Amino acid sequence: MSATQTHGHAADHHDDHGPAKGITRWLTTTNHKDIGTMYLVFSLVMFLIGGAMALVIRAELFVPGMQLVDPGFFNTMTTVHALIMVFGAVMPATVGLANWMIPLQIGAPDMALPRMNNFSFWLLVAAFSLLILSLFMPGGGPASGWTLYPPLVLQTGDALPLAIFAIHLAGASSIMGAINIIVTIMNLRAPGMTLLKMPLFPWTWLITAYLLIAVMPVFAGAVTMLLTDHFFGTTFFAAAGGGDPVLYQHIFWFFGHPEVYIMILPAFGIVSEIIPTFSRKPLFGYDAMVYATASIAFLSFIVWAHHMFTVGMPLAGEMFFMLSTMLIAVPTGVKVFNWTATMWKGSLSFETPMLFALAFLFLFTIGGFSGLMMAIAPVDFQYHDTYFIVAHFHYVLVPGAVFAIMAAVYYWMPKWTGHMYDTKLANIHFWMSAIFVNVLFFPQHFLGLAGMPRRIPDYSTQFADWNMVSSIGAFGFGLSQLLFVYIIWKCAKGGQKVSAEVWDGARVHGLEWTVPSPAPYHTFDEAPVVK
Amino acid sequence: MAQAQAAHGSDKYYIPHGSKWPAVGAVTLFVTMLGTAAVLNGSSMGPWIAYLGLAGVAYMFFGWFGTVIDESQRGLYNAGVDRSFRMGMTWFIFSEVMFFAAFFGALYYARQLSVPWLGGEGSRFMTNLFLWPDFEASWPTNGPAGIGGDFQTIPAFGLPAINTAILLTSGVTITIAHHALKAGNRGVLKIFLALTFLLGFAFVGLQAEEYIHAYKELNLTLGSGVYGSTFFMLTGFHGLHVTIGAIMLLVIWLRVMKGHFTPTHHFAFEATAWYWHFVDVVWLGLFIFVYWL
Repeated sequence: MSATQTHGHAADHHDDHGPAKGITRWLTTTNHKDIGTMYLVFSLVMFLIGGAMALVIRAELFVPGMQLVDPGFFNTMTTVHALIMVFGAVMPATVGLANWMIPLQIGAPDMALPRMNNFSFWLLVAAFSLLILSLFMPGGGPASGWTLYPPLVLQTGDALPLAIFAIHLAGASSIMGAINIIVTIMNLRAPGMTLLKMPLFPWTWLITAYLLIAVMPVFAGAVTMLLTDHFFGTTFFAAAGGGDPVLYQHIFWFFGHPEVYIMILPAFGIVSEIIPTFSRKPLFGYDAMVYATASIAFLSFIVWAHHMFTVGMPLAGEMFFMLSTMLIAVPTGVKVFNWTATMWKGSLSFETPMLFALAFLFLFTIGGFSGLMMAIAPVDFQYHDTYFIVAHFHYVLVPGAVFAIMAAVYYWMPKWTGHMYDTKLANIHFWMSAIFVNVLFFPQHFLGLAGMPRRIPDYSTQFADWNMVSSIGAFGFGLSQLLFVYIIWKCAKGGQKVSAEVWDGARVHGLEWTVPSPAPYHTFDEAPVVK
Repeated sequence: MAQAQAAHGSDKYYIPHGSKWPAVGAVTLFVTMLGTAAVLNGSSMGPWIAYLGLAGVAYMFFGWFGTVIDESQRGLYNAGVDRSFRMGMTWFIFSEVMFFAAFFGALYYARQLSVPWLGGEGSRFMTNLFLWPDFEASWPTNGPAGIGGDFQTIPAFGLPAINTAILLTSGVTITIAHHALKAGNRGVLKIFLALTFLLGFAFVGLQAEEYIHAYKELNLTLGSGVYGSTFFMLTGFHGLHVTIGAIMLLVIWLRVMKGHFTPTHHFAFEATAWYWHFVDVVWLGLFIFVYWL
């Protein structure tokens, strides 16, 4: 289709044709950079939509009493905010980064299955069109919380099948994306790049991809059972027929716990790329990092019921899931200490990606500690379904996964666009985000410990002060992200030209710094040899 | 352009040119899902939207696979691409295994945990005492409320045993066909591949017979409590996979008749065979845990 643009100035460049013109380029592309860009833009749009929903929630919670929205719509907002942020923002962002960077980092000409790659992306658009459409159905959007527990979720109106089909399509998209990443890494590494020479970002993604293939189909099965329970008279989750609503929780969290690692492992990979570059030292304990990642992935399959400590499990179950959960602190601790040791005696500099990576290190660790607290079953009875939980998972997801993604965008954007971003604005973006994210989420620890339940539109007046602080933080954080959008737009349009290496000393850390900036449409047509 | 890339030689990884099929697939699946949701919500327009979407999905499959078969026949796929396809198919089948695992997990949970608990096992005796005092745990069951009314089950050593024999035989015939393909014996290949998909369709036919019998005479339906739920969802999704597998076999057979595949280059044949063995193994699990034990 783009054969007319083939130019033959050199034998080794004879298929370095440019992309097709106009919208056709994006609909039909098989290029990993195009698809990576589409994923990243999609996730940014979803981040803003999901963020707007979060602001509806925080606006309602600004003061006690019912102000702005009715409780049903409030519940829809908490539900759809979560579904969009998990499946529409964080996951596609990491997939977009994988698309852009994995072929560049392992010296591959593209992803291994390029057409399926494009299919994965467009299925995601189809999925989120269905989910957003479900908001306008009679009976309102899904309002059961993102975990979709029966019997509550079975009371959803016409939105139910749309939301479930959206999950099916997003799941199919994730599975295909994961297969593509595994095959690319296993089959297309440059000669000489053995697995234990591979950078950490492809490594963490390889392990994430295995998690995705193992658990997304399980989730698809779980929501299919919800669909048949609602429409076809099955009783998987109804005691009257011999089933059990708790069965859903087990199946859901068998998916749901690995899912949280699906969101955080690529973030670990990103931070493991950035800290060495700006410490001007190799990563401390590379092998240990790889094995720690694999251990975390393995453990993620045997801890799921720690989300269900209060559901009435046998004591042996409580004990097993409590102890297996606490074990995760060991490999995670290895990672945190290795990042710290990487910086030890390094010549550090604090460019924006490094600032985000450092904030990740501190703030993710706070989220990790609160996770350790709630791993203890007897105290979790107190924390369960309170704002303490909300504070915990937002600490690991926002200054955790999202900050790592932002770090990655600042780190690799000069490679994508050929321009340095506006460093002054970027630093302002960092400081505003880092301050407001703590104003937003730290008080939620206090609210939770004081007993404020999650997923409620109104609350007792004793919780008023910290809710107001949290809402101020939310609006501050939300507005800061508009600055992020502007910085990206500005960098795409122009800016100071950068070299292939971009960051001084970066070249030793990866193949992506050996190609020109901006990276040409086709790279590593001839595989580089890694020594 | 595709020819231009073929000229690169066989050691270079083949990056396919752009294609409209992924976008067509996404749009038509969107329409299909929208239509199906409308059907479930009782809209009269629903079936037409769903059929339109499904027709589009079928069009996408013909077009996409047509393109891939054409590229394969023109020799664009070298050993590296072949390896990618093999890995891709392997992990796809693994994802299917995990899909079935969810339903097998539900079956296990119902039989080992939720039904005994409702019957008052161990520390759960209060549940039984206060909620369902007349209920005694047993399997099969449609639960303490007797959802769907009294029903009978299908004995393992009737039609299901015959179906087991059919699928196991088809596993043998496809292996014979594969050996014939590798030996360049096209006559044997054609006959045994045809036998394989005929056995596959025979299985589906008998399964349909069994469903009709269950609904009409045994009062065993999807709504027969947790037994009916697990029975029909497990055997139903398996039957769907057998149907897809049989269609794949039919397509492969038609390609054999057209002279496709060589003794060394026949990924599509092998992928179909793997898929067929996968549905075979799932059936053995079903036969043992759903019908027999």
